[in-house]
Amino acid sequence: MEIMTPFLDETIKNLRAGDNILLSGFLYTGRDAAHKRLLELAENGKKPPFDYGGQAIYYTGPCPAPPGRVIGSAGPTTSGRMDSFSPRLIKEGLRVMVGKGARGEAVTNAIKEHQGLYLAALGGAGALLSLCITESEVIAFADLGTEAIYRLTVLKMPLIVAIDSEGRSIYK
Amino acid sequence: MNDIRIVDAKKITETVRDLCIKANLCLNDDVRQALFNASLSEENQTAKKVLNLLLENAKLAEVNQLPLCQDTGMVIVFVTIGENVHVTGNISAAINEGIRVGYRKGYFRNSVIDSPLSRNNTNDNTPAVIHYDFAPGDEIKITVMPKGFGSENMGNMKMLNPADGIAGAEEFIIETVKKAGANPCPPLIVGVGLGGTMEKAALLSKQALIRAVGSPNPDPVLNELEERFLRRINQLDIGPAGYGGLTTALAVQIVSYPTHIAGFPVAVNTACHALRHRTEII
Ligand code: SF4
Repeated sequence: MEIMTPFLDETIKNLRAGDNILLSGFLYTGRDAAHKRLLELAENGKKPPFDYGGQAIYYTGPCPAPPGRVIGSAGPTTSGRMDSFSPRLIKEGLRVMVGKGARGEAVTNAIKEHQGLYLAALGGAGALLSLCITESEVIAFADLGTEAIYRLTVLKMPLIVAIDSEGRSIYK
Repeated sequence: MNDIRIVDAKKITETVRDLCIKANLCLNDDVRQALFNASLSEENQTAKKVLNLLLENAKLAEVNQLPLCQDTGMVIVFVTIGENVHVTGNISAAINEGIRVGYRKGYFRNSVIDSPLSRNNTNDNTPAVIHYDFAPGDEIKITVMPKGFGSENMGNMKMLNPADGIAGAEEFIIETVKKAGANPCPPLIVGVGLGGTMEKAALLSKQALIRAVGSPNPDPVLNELEERFLRRINQLDIGPAGYGGLTTALAVQIVSYPTHIAGFPVAVNTACHALRHRTEII
């Protein structure tokens, strides 16, 4: 099924773990170092660099763009490393996360409580996923290089619902 | 006295540069074949689809000259230097220069930081982890292996007691793969080092990954163990990308080495389906 960002409550509620989706719209990248900063902003009561409402964060550290492309390979990184940050960001309004691999209990609980969603992208398919990205722009933490926050425009990116808003997971 | 062959360090730089580029853009034929075979024998439809997407990714990477995976890794280099070769210049510096140039030229990600504490990116993906060895002859053999940390982080090692025996090693290996779950991007190639000392077992588990996937272990005893472990791993139902299925690993590859009467070291190095290594002889 095809889905456009921002995510609507209705859309989130209707998705089930295991559903295949094609996502179009914006994805904001963020991995270890950016998460550390997002958490610091939240703890100091400061505004995040983008409005979390209905948006998705994509755990990736892309390769640099070769000439003629908007970005290099850009597959997901292991989501579990973001587990200690995610519940707080979800509380701040973040609804959707995109990565690979299982999540801890605290993240699953936060997803359930705040009606969120965890989507999985295919790990290691960095070239295939890169070709779904039509625009890319660094919007924050440029000094972090590959770990900066990019706003990506994606077109029909193949993803699978890994944890749905009721906490069901595809990972055993 | 044999003649000594002189090799310019520049030649090493060029070789490493080209190996880095090829390894990251072009999936090795043995892994490609193993993914294809698995896609035919896999019974789980989601798993089949994932395996086909991985083959598609390899094709797209090559056609579009994009890295197979954005984690272009930290580079491990195995160098075997012939006893009758003299290299003019600093070999380690030449290898690192090859990585520097290759990663810039290939538009690959720089993932190496200066220290686990200060964590500043070195911005050229160096230094590499280099292992040297010597052999008779006048050739230099270089293997370049960029290793992503999604899979590297899931490796483990244990100093077993001799009384634990191979059964203890088996449980540890299966447990390591089970705990890793979807994180190291299955289907995996599981490298196992048995014996030696603590650091030797770890090194063997990495060297085990270089053997062609699908080729038999030359030691029939190890070969049988590999087949048994693989069967058990593929019953874990982790499957490609961790979505379930019969293909959790493509191969288990074991290397063993003499050890001490009091020990049974075992190390497991998990490699993802984007196992990248390229070898060249100078
Ligand atoms: S585990 Fe391998 S395929 Fe997966 S993201 Fe890391 S390098 Fe890429």
